[in-house]
Amino acid sequence: MIHQYKIKDMNIVLDVYSGAVHVVDDLVYDIIALYEKLDEQAIIEQLSKDYDKASLLEGLEEVCQLEKDSLLFTKDIYKELAQPFLNRKPVVKALCLHVSHDCNLRCKYCFAGEGDYQCGKEVMSSEVGKKAMDFLVKESGNRINLEVDFFGGEPLMNLEVIKEIVDYARGLEKEHHKNFRFTITTNGVLLNEEVREYLNDNMVNVVLSLDGRKNVHDKMRPAVNGSGSYDVIMPKFQKMAELRNQQNYYIRGTYTQYNKDFAKDVLHLADLGFKQISVEPVVAFDNEPYALTEEDIEALNQEYENLAEEMLNRKKEGKGFNFFHFMIDLSQGPCVYKRLGGCGAGSEYMAVAPKGDLYPCHQFVGTDGFVMGNVYDGITNKKMLNDFQHCNVYSKEACTNCWAKFYCSGGCSANGYSRHGSIHAVDELGCELQKKRVEIAIYMKAREMMEQE
Amino acid sequence: MKHVKTLNGATLKKSIKKGGTSCVGNQICN
Repeated sequence: MIHQYKIKDMNIVLDVYSGAVHVVDDLVYDIIALYEKLDEQAIIEQLSKDYDKASLLEGLEEVCQLEKDSLLFTKDIYKELAQPFLNRKPVVKALCLHVSHDCNLRCKYCFAGEGDYQCGKEVMSSEVGKKAMDFLVKESGNRINLEVDFFGGEPLMNLEVIKEIVDYARGLEKEHHKNFRFTITTNGVLLNEEVREYLNDNMVNVVLSLDGRKNVHDKMRPAVNGSGSYDVIMPKFQKMAELRNQQNYYIRGTYTQYNKDFAKDVLHLADLGFKQISVEPVVAFDNEPYALTEEDIEALNQEYENLAEEMLNRKKEGKGFNFFHFMIDLSQGPCVYKRLGGCGAGSEYMAVAPKGDLYPCHQFVGTDGFVMGNVYDGITNKKMLNDFQHCNVYSKEACTNCWAKFYCSGGCSANGYSRHGSIHAVDELGCELQKKRVEIAIYMKAREMMEQE
Repeated sequence: MKHVKTLNGATLKKSIKKGGTSCVGNQICN
C-alpha cells in the first residue's frame, strides 16, 4: 500500500507496510500514481505530454528498483506474524488512579463532568490506593517498570493520599523487584511551592492543563464561581516548567469550535517559554456548541500546516519547541507489533475509580457496563479483558485500507465507543485530523533531514 | 538515485525479528 501526498514544495511517498519514506520529484510522483494501474508503455504514453521519454524511462527504472528492494508497493506480511504477540497473556503495566472525583474548575468540555464522572463527588482512600498498588504488582508478571498516573477530577485535592500511595509503592519495589514511575495531570489551581517541590521530587512527568490564550482558556475553564482561571494558573505553570528544566512535562490544552485558530494558542504557549506543548481537538457529542464537525476539517488541517511552518522557522532561529502530535521517529520508532497492538487499554492499562472499581481506561470510568473488576478481587470480567486484548488494527474494519494505521494503532477505543457504541469502531473526525498530523510530522522530519544534508 | 531520496529504510519489516502503554507514533522503544 502506498500513500503519496504533497505539502508545500515537497512530494512525499510513504510505503505503508515497509515503513519507508521517500521524497521524490514530480516525475516519479506521477509515475508512482499510475504504477499499479498501467503497464510501463501506458505510463509513458500518459505522461509523455509532461516529460520526455528518456526521463520517464529513468524514473521508471528507479521505481522498479525500489519495488525490488521491498521499499515500494510492499504487502501486509504482519497479520499472521503478529498473532502470537496479539494473543499473548497480557500483564498489567500501568494504572490510572482516580484519586479525586471532585474538581475546583468547571471546564465545559470535561468528559468527567464536574470531575465526578456523573457518579457523585468522592475521593480515593489510601486503603484503596494501596490495594491498587498490590494489584499492579501482582498482575504485572516479570515486568520491572510500572507506571502509575494520578488523575481526576483534580488529583491535588487529595494530595495526602497521593503521598501515602507513593510511599507505600516505594516500599514494595525492592521486595518485588519493581520500579514505579509516577505521573500526574493537574489543573494547577492548588500548586504552591511545597506542592511543586513534592511533584518535582516524585513525578517523572507532569501534565499541566491550560488551553492557550487567556480569553480562550477562561471561556472554557472557569473556576467554580465562574471567574477565569488563567491568571491564577499561568505563572504557576511557568515556574513548574522552569524548575523541571523544560523537560518531562507537557502543557496540555484542548481546542474547540471557539478556537479553530489554535495555532495561535500553541504559539502563545511557546512565546511564554514552554517547550513541551500539546493542544488537542476536543472530543464531544455533535450537539455541544463547542464540538468540532466534519465541516471544520479543512480549516483545521490548514491550521496544522500553518503551525508546522512556524515551528520550522522558529527551530531555525533557535527558538524551537516540541508539539506532541508532530513528534515522530522515522528512523525506527516502536516495533511493528506495538504499532498493531494499540494503546493497551483494558489489558495492559486500567483505570481505578475512587472505590476501587477497575475500568478499561480513564475515559470509560463511569460508563455503564465497563467495570472489569476491582482492586480487591482483581479482574473478574474476563470476557471484557479478552475483548480489549483483541482490539487492534486488524479488529477494526475502518483500519483495513487506511495508510495511517501503523501511526495511530487503530486510534482510541473510547472515542470509537462514544461515537458508534463499539470499541472496534473509530471516530472518523479524529481519524481525519490524525492523518493530517501524521502527514505533517513526516513532512517536518523530511524537511529537517533534507536540510541537514 | 536521481529522482528519489529515501529517508529511512524498511523500518517496520526490520522490527519483526527484534520487536515484540500509550495514548504510538512517537513512542521510543529496549
